Amino acid sequence: MFEIVHKRQLSEAVFEMGVRAPRVARKARAGQFFIMRTTGHGERVPFTFSDWSAEGGWIRFIFMRVGKTTHELSHFEVGDSVADVVGPLGIPTHVEDVGRIAVLGGGVGAAVAYPVARAMADAGNEVTVVLGARNEDLLILREEFEALPLKELLVVTDDGSAGEKGLVTAPLKRLAEAGEIDHAMAIGPAIMMKFCAATAREHDVPCTVSLNPIMVDGTGMCGACRVSVGGETKFGCVDGPDFDGWEVDFEELMSRQRVYVDDERAADADYSRGCSCHQ
Amino acid sequence: MPPVEPDAGAAGPAEKPRHRPSRAPRTPMPERGAAERAQDFDEVALGYTEEMARAEAARCLQCRNATCIEGCPVNIDIKSFIGHIIDGEYHEAVAVLKERNALPAMCGRVCPQEEQCEIACVLAKKGDPVAIGRLERWLGDFDLACELEKRCVPEIAGPTGFRCAVVGSGPAGLACAGELARLGHAVTIFESLHAPGGVLTYGIPEFRLPKAIVEAEIFMLTEMGVEIVTDAVIGATYTLEELMTEEGYDAVFIGSGAGLPVFLGVPGENLNGVYSANEFLTRVNLMGAYEFPKSDTPVARGRKVAVIGGGNVAMDSARTALRLGAEEVFLVYRRTEDEMPARREEVHHAREEGVEFKMLCSPSEILGRDGFVTGLVATRMELGEPDDSGRRAPVCVMDSEFEIDCDIVIVAVGTRANPLLAQAAPDLERSSRGYVLTGDEGATNIPGVFAGGDIVTGAATVILAMGAGKTSARAMDRWLSERSSAV
Repeated sequence: MFEIVHKRQLSEAVFEMGVRAPRVARKARAGQFFIMRTTGHGERVPFTFSDWSAEGGWIRFIFMRVGKTTHELSHFEVGDSVADVVGPLGIPTHVEDVGRIAVLGGGVGAAVAYPVARAMADAGNEVTVVLGARNEDLLILREEFEALPLKELLVVTDDGSAGEKGLVTAPLKRLAEAGEIDHAMAIGPAIMMKFCAATAREHDVPCTVSLNPIMVDGTGMCGACRVSVGGETKFGCVDGPDFDGWEVDFEELMSRQRVYVDDERAADADYSRGCSCHQ
Repeated sequence: MPPVEPDAGAAGPAEKPRHRPSRAPRTPMPERGAAERAQDFDEVALGYTEEMARAEAARCLQCRNATCIEGCPVNIDIKSFIGHIIDGEYHEAVAVLKERNALPAMCGRVCPQEEQCEIACVLAKKGDPVAIGRLERWLGDFDLACELEKRCVPEIAGPTGFRCAVVGSGPAGLACAGELARLGHAVTIFESLHAPGGVLTYGIPEFRLPKAIVEAEIFMLTEMGVEIVTDAVIGATYTLEELMTEEGYDAVFIGSGAGLPVFLGVPGENLNGVYSANEFLTRVNLMGAYEFPKSDTPVARGRKVAVIGGGNVAMDSARTALRLGAEEVFLVYRRTEDEMPARREEVHHAREEGVEFKMLCSPSEILGRDGFVTGLVATRMELGEPDDSGRRAPVCVMDSEFEIDCDIVIVAVGTRANPLLAQAAPDLERSSRGYVLTGDEGATNIPGVFAGGDIVTGAATVILAMGAGKTSARAMDRWLSERSSAV
């Protein structure tokens, strides 16, 4: 069992959680993920690290309440334990000094962008972070990003309730057009990464994306997470999660992410009927 | 007359009555009717009763030169354990079995006895061999049905002071761990999933190998002192080097399995509804998707399911799909039934339950609409000259493409080596296909590191992996004692 040592509600449906997992924390690197099972009947769900401490023996992640598992998880409190935590999995983000880099975090993807931006800055890059969300309430980790040694932090919301009104692709386009970035790193919903990769490509800027396909084992055994990259089938868990955004078939990824939508809805409805927060 | 003169008197103590083999036909094992069993996940074969086991054991000739023992990959003293059943000494029979095999209830169910011990039985020359596998199963179940204190725990040698790590808790790892523990070593198994058992847990379905049996036999290993650490991926949580330095293990056995599923490489393969057999079976067996939403993991329940392949994993997938409620399940195989690598018994069961065999066809494309599978395009094949495997190679028939209507496709055409191993141990010598290169007894190029099972041979059987695990355990034991005497 793995004890929950930190919980913070970031917005109505977004939570930050810390779990005691010293074996995992010792090895975690930016861009990697772990697999969690909440309870003995739980599914195996991948979460990307938002932070960790090897000394403290904890890992952190941020999730949005979208289905049964995240719904159930949102009811776990500090002192409770989850059944399983395994990792760190996936190939860490390739961190080197490439010069000027834009790190774009969309929605809960900002949680993953945080350690990536930190690692890129530590490696000597000039880092611009573009933080995007649907509205101000869903904007996360703004203060944490502000504390990093960034060149600039740009905030964008769909409705203009914070920062610039619009999508993260707008500042990306400006930065690329002005020739101010050598590399882009987009992390967020598949649709956002798709348009970031397309925008970057128009300006010949390489764009790395961090994919979030459905997984079961997370160690290469099942192939649920397969994605098409440059016409080749890759496994998100062992070949990724980072891939060349120019080459990813995002339509396929989005289609594959929707495969259990009806089941997930039914399971959450079933769970919600017996759940204290809906009574 | 039996072809060989029985000689029970020579083997057993003099006071026992001379064994007179029964001439009765092979005792059938009761099983549930096809229509009933295809509706649920309960076990198909019900196992012998004590009377049946006694009747079947009585058929054994107790040959002076028991060839069956040679047929067993782990050389169980079959003659002796059957002899004990004849004499009604069941605990003694279990003890004989467990000298060589810590997991008899599982092996009794999943070993291909018909091509190992039973084919070597003298009775097989003129008729049906003794049902050795069914007797093994009966003894394994007999032991597990006893109170814990009465169960057979092999005698354990005094502690050697050495610590051994076993990577993977599938058949190879479990057999290796059991043997190392018996030899007096402290053993820790590292399992990447949340539950131990490897393919016995995630792969082989409940209806063929109940998970309660798997859990009970693994529990007996922990009773022998074996420690099992789940949620630990070697190559991620620990590297091999860390196991041998920081974690302080004196020797390591790698039994991580073949891992990565192979796909067909045809268009449409990433449509929703296309599964690797590994994923499909893992969702159902390990994650309990057949109980969704009681368990949280869903699986697509197809109306028409096409399973590609002809091995045991293909049979397991097809029969699982039927139990999930599919109206039609097709098995698509590019050769004929004669070339199928699956056990005859599994093929027979699958057919009985209603799986439709589409032989001599090879999928060339998977069709879809709105991202979901709608069908399969297959090409007719014919058999040509024998290939490297000795089987006649399938050859395409020109312009013979046809469509199969289906909404789920399960690909069961094998596995290849998992790349995580390279991260676990970059210095470990591997073949071009990624499998670990070893000597006869599992020694790798790294001193103190041994390997066995599918990660060495590629996908094979449970008992071969167990045999490799056991052989490596003895080699590890020798390596450890030689090293300590050299110091």
